[in-house]
Amino acid sequence: MSLQLLFDALSLGGIYAIAALGIALIFGVMQLVNFAHGQFIACAVFALILPSSQAVAELGLGRLPTPLLIPVILGFGAALALLAEAAVFRPLRNAAPVALMVASFALGVALQNLLLVIYGSRPKAVSLWAGLGHPVQIGGAQVPLLQLLVIAAVALILAGLALMLKHSRIGLEMRAAAQDFGMARLLGVRANRVISGAFALSGALAAVVALVMVAQTGVADVRMGGQIMLVAFIATVLGGMGSLAGAVAAGFAIGATSALLQMALPAEARPFRDAFLYGLVILVLLFRPQGLFAPAGAKPRV
Amino acid sequence: MLSQHTIRRRMAATTPLVLALGLLAFVLLATTMGDRATARMATETLIRVTLVAGFWIFVGNSGVVSFGHAAFACVGAYASAWLTLKPAMKATLLPGLPDLIAAADWPVLPAALTGGALAALLALVSGAAILRLSGIAASIATFAFLAMVNTIWANWTPVTGGTSSVVGLDRYVTPWVALGWAVAALIAASLYGLSASGLALRATREDEVAASASGIDRYRHRLLAYVLSAFFCGVGGALMGHFIGVINPDAYYLNLTFLMLAMLVVGGIGSLSGAVAGVLALSLAVEGLVRMEKGVTLGATTFALPAGSQEIIIAAAMILVLIFRPAGLLAGREITLPARWVTGRGTTHNGPATDRRET
Repeated sequence: MSLQLLFDALSLGGIYAIAALGIALIFGVMQLVNFAHGQFIACAVFALILPSSQAVAELGLGRLPTPLLIPVILGFGAALALLAEAAVFRPLRNAAPVALMVASFALGVALQNLLLVIYGSRPKAVSLWAGLGHPVQIGGAQVPLLQLLVIAAVALILAGLALMLKHSRIGLEMRAAAQDFGMARLLGVRANRVISGAFALSGALAAVVALVMVAQTGVADVRMGGQIMLVAFIATVLGGMGSLAGAVAAGFAIGATSALLQMALPAEARPFRDAFLYGLVILVLLFRPQGLFAPAGAKPRV
Repeated sequence: MLSQHTIRRRMAATTPLVLALGLLAFVLLATTMGDRATARMATETLIRVTLVAGFWIFVGNSGVVSFGHAAFACVGAYASAWLTLKPAMKATLLPGLPDLIAAADWPVLPAALTGGALAALLALVSGAAILRLSGIAASIATFAFLAMVNTIWANWTPVTGGTSSVVGLDRYVTPWVALGWAVAALIAASLYGLSASGLALRATREDEVAASASGIDRYRHRLLAYVLSAFFCGVGGALMGHFIGVINPDAYYLNLTFLMLAMLVVGGIGSLSGAVAGVLALSLAVEGLVRMEKGVTLGATTFALPAGSQEIIIAAAMILVLIFRPAGLLAGREITLPARWVTGRGTTHNGPATDRRET
């Protein structure tokens, strides 16, 4: 039972952490809280299937063999994010964070309705990687193969990103930009390169979340990105805005709390799990308004 | 002679008067010239004025974008439904209501006021936690609050009816009722904006650090504006419910949030006149687009936009406004009566811009 809980917490927390990282990367370089991130996820899901209003979706790109499918969908997510950056956020580069946030909210609404126009509003059944639902016996726990793969993939992605941020040039530039964008530019960091890089990475991470969600639920729905985006937001606030490690840690913490609540709450209170979760987060923020892992100097001095 | 400051204050006080007269003209035009559909559109627009004026009290003065005000509209609408529905109907639709509410059969006005008051109470409790956060983080927390309220309302079936709609609300909202509430919201918004608390809050909007260095308690003023703003959003939500006669939680979720935000941004977040201008501009645009979605016959061919294009076009308009006219249509200016109208009889005045003698 407890082993089962551990796997649930790790896989859910891992996905939350990946989503939170997608939000925190962009916030770090341009102070943009990207309300379109959920729609990036939804778009990546719908890229798998052909446009139709049928209840059972016909796979389009999803037919590709897996080793090809994953890079293609990640590329799609990155391209979509780059396009959004060029069309909407580049002209707003010098706008206030509030204006950026409102613009991204509008972009999200536009993308969602674009999906509605193309695919219709009915949720669709998608069978991608149907074999991954089989349970595997580990210790005393029955764990779906997919859960193990998700945990492994999250570990791989986090390790890869950490290496990239620590040791590559673009990673160094991104960290510098997150610390102080103006200073970084003065020291020769090119703004367009860093911002485009952050958007591309964020879009690719959104595509990862999309693939996992489709494999887990077997459904494509235009609203499917909303809930996880909200959790990702909360994770970035809870982790301290602007801290990448904080966002990841808070993502895992929220996933674990969510899995615990799912187990601990009585059956009739379970539909309210998310309400409990958000309430809990607001409570935590009461005691630490700048987040759990706020970077030094996040609070302006008076 | 009057000081420049007095003239400015008096001019600012005329804003709700001018706006109310404008809305009155709008209603008269819509009810006498147009058909029933036009009158419905006018009512809907005035309800939105109530909602957005309420929304502006917080967002316009504090500069903190809230995504949570649709939740206040939701609470207001359900509170009014709980109090005004016939007890027999409640017994079948909402069996989980406490006895006191289940037996209530209130007139509509106290029910609307109670709806607003309940929303204000919820704002006081949630705002006490959320508004401690700094700007952007507070915005995100209001979004979490919206999702929280929606989750509760969609699942608390015995009390809220869950995702199925509550039907049979008394449809008492005529253009005149909506006008009354819209004017009340405008007056309250304007009075708050010109009050000491409103001015202090605007100071924190312009420069958080400088305002707090001048001894302004940001949290207190934000909370006050948040509560007042929730009251009018609650009333606006109740009006929405009693206008259509049907309520369900998803009518008060992201679409409403988006519409209210779009209206405020397009009109200009910095002034009450901007908020009203945004409501009028977008309501007309929405009306036109909805008719286009239904199909427009041009000669022999019927031309129709696909469903959903309304939101895409409004979202695109919002982004274009943010890029090319970031302060909105009115750019933060208020519409007022001219200076010479407020300076009183017998004073020959050239207006505050040219007269420097008093300063």
